[in-house]
Amino acid sequence: MNIKENIEAIRADFPILKREMSGLPLVYLDSCATALKPQCVIDEVVRYYTYLGANAQRGDYEMAAQVDYALDAARKTSAEFINAKKTEEIVFTSGTTEGLNLLALMITNQFLKQGDAILTCETEHASSVLPWQQAGLAKDIPVNFIEVDQEGRITPENVEKAFVQYPNTKVVVFAQVSNVLGFNAPIKEIAKIAHDHGAYLVVDGAQAVAHHAIDVQDMDCDFFCFSSHKLCGPSGIGVMYGKFELLDQLRPIFFGGESNARFARSCDSLVLKKTPTKFESGTLPIEGALGMATAMRYLMNIGLNNIHEYEWELKQYFLKRAQEELQDKIKIYNPNAQGGIVTFNVYDKGQLIFPQDMASYLSNKGIAVRSGQHCAKLMGEFLGVPGTVRASIYFYNTIEDIDRLVDAIKDATVEKCLDIFF
Amino acid sequence: MPIDPSYYREIIMDNYSYPQNKELKTDDGEYDQRHMASDSCIDDITVQAKIKDGIVQDVRFDGQACTISTASTSILTQLVANKTVEQAEAIIQNYFNMIHGRPFDPELVDEAIVFEGVAKQPNRIGCATIGWKALEEMLQAHREQTTKEQEA
Repeated sequence: MNIKENIEAIRADFPILKREMSGLPLVYLDSCATALKPQCVIDEVVRYYTYLGANAQRGDYEMAAQVDYALDAARKTSAEFINAKKTEEIVFTSGTTEGLNLLALMITNQFLKQGDAILTCETEHASSVLPWQQAGLAKDIPVNFIEVDQEGRITPENVEKAFVQYPNTKVVVFAQVSNVLGFNAPIKEIAKIAHDHGAYLVVDGAQAVAHHAIDVQDMDCDFFCFSSHKLCGPSGIGVMYGKFELLDQLRPIFFGGESNARFARSCDSLVLKKTPTKFESGTLPIEGALGMATAMRYLMNIGLNNIHEYEWELKQYFLKRAQEELQDKIKIYNPNAQGGIVTFNVYDKGQLIFPQDMASYLSNKGIAVRSGQHCAKLMGEFLGVPGTVRASIYFYNTIEDIDRLVDAIKDATVEKCLDIFF
Repeated sequence: MPIDPSYYREIIMDNYSYPQNKELKTDDGEYDQRHMASDSCIDDITVQAKIKDGIVQDVRFDGQACTISTASTSILTQLVANKTVEQAEAIIQNYFNMIHGRPFDPELVDEAIVFEGVAKQPNRIGCATIGWKALEEMLQAHREQTTKEQEA
């Protein structure tokens, strides 16, 4: 689908775009935090509550069978969405963070031994760093950091170098797309390096899935986690993908209803269900899984490559106007990251406008952006600033949205940031 | 009291651009201190207080923070200087009432009245109170210490 030619129709799919913020038409530039939801996703969630209703994989009546069918279809859609080899490689979780935490615990406890090490990088989201640090405490398994290049990119050369420096690395964990700078990491090359050294590659796909066509088989990553809410689906649901033979070896962290096939009084009598159901104890957010699958079909219909191209086109438009009209006013940290993320700071006669003040100022102009460290607390050290403003563009944004952002930045002063209080 | 935006704005700007008491003491063991890192944003400040004989003798701070955090803490350090612990607590309590949109005594909050508008921006309440909470904690600690000493 040509997004530019269909932008009005696309925007009409998102009822929330009709609302106002601060009394002005909404310019939503925080899709990296969470994406807005199209009507078809909302309808699917409502369909579960108003028609399907039953629990999954438990009932022998028609309603329950319909739910089972819909949930199976959602798993198939998820597999297709990231081109997994088997549907059984899709484990439903509450989101990226849960997936990454489960993997950190399971892999550390079951695959690693004292002396092994984890490799990540300093520009990563907290979810790629903290779970491994915590999981590794008991076995004293450290998390080491690779160096990024001058622009903040992960390069295969630096990963290779890190294996020389930390030869005991057994797990490499990176975001495919950094949530702050938006660079796309060369996952396929990194996977090869990791595998050559006998290490697993865990990929945080949270920021990638909504903006790129994902092919886990081609990338050859061992695990890939993502959240539904970043790709226009409901919150509280996501996917932990793993190569089947690896998932099959892992023993779950949680136990309870649904994940077990048989059990008796003695602990060793537990028979778990097969992969992936063994990882899904308790009732899933069924409406979330159905809504997520609807969102995936919606995005595939528009075309992930089209989405990526359109975002990059809008970002280039922003960069061009910034270059022409915002000299000395703005510092952009990631002009070369080809996607929809623009990370910047605004200056008033050479004085930094504190990122949170800037975000409040923009809010007053009806523009939603994120300010701060974006959950990547080590990033500040890399960029040398306390925080940044992040505008993240998605396929429902328009040239006019970018114009409003540029015009607002042009007009910004420290003093005007106080307008919201008076 | 009607809000005069330009005058209030000037006071905030002045305290942001030229904050008062923005330097920590490193050579005086009588200062208590609190490091405050906001949960929701990147404000990261340390507040010091020298509380002696029931008097708040000096309050200082340092760190990186937004206009509202910096200016509100700067004004705080001036308002409570040389006040009794009870007076300082009353000022802080009234300020919190104002920030949360509850009835308050304008005379007690004095110059901090410039932050009255924060009440209508709930997502910035954390900024306007970060330094004040630090002092509140230290006053509380001082109180507990004093009670303990009296009991001993």
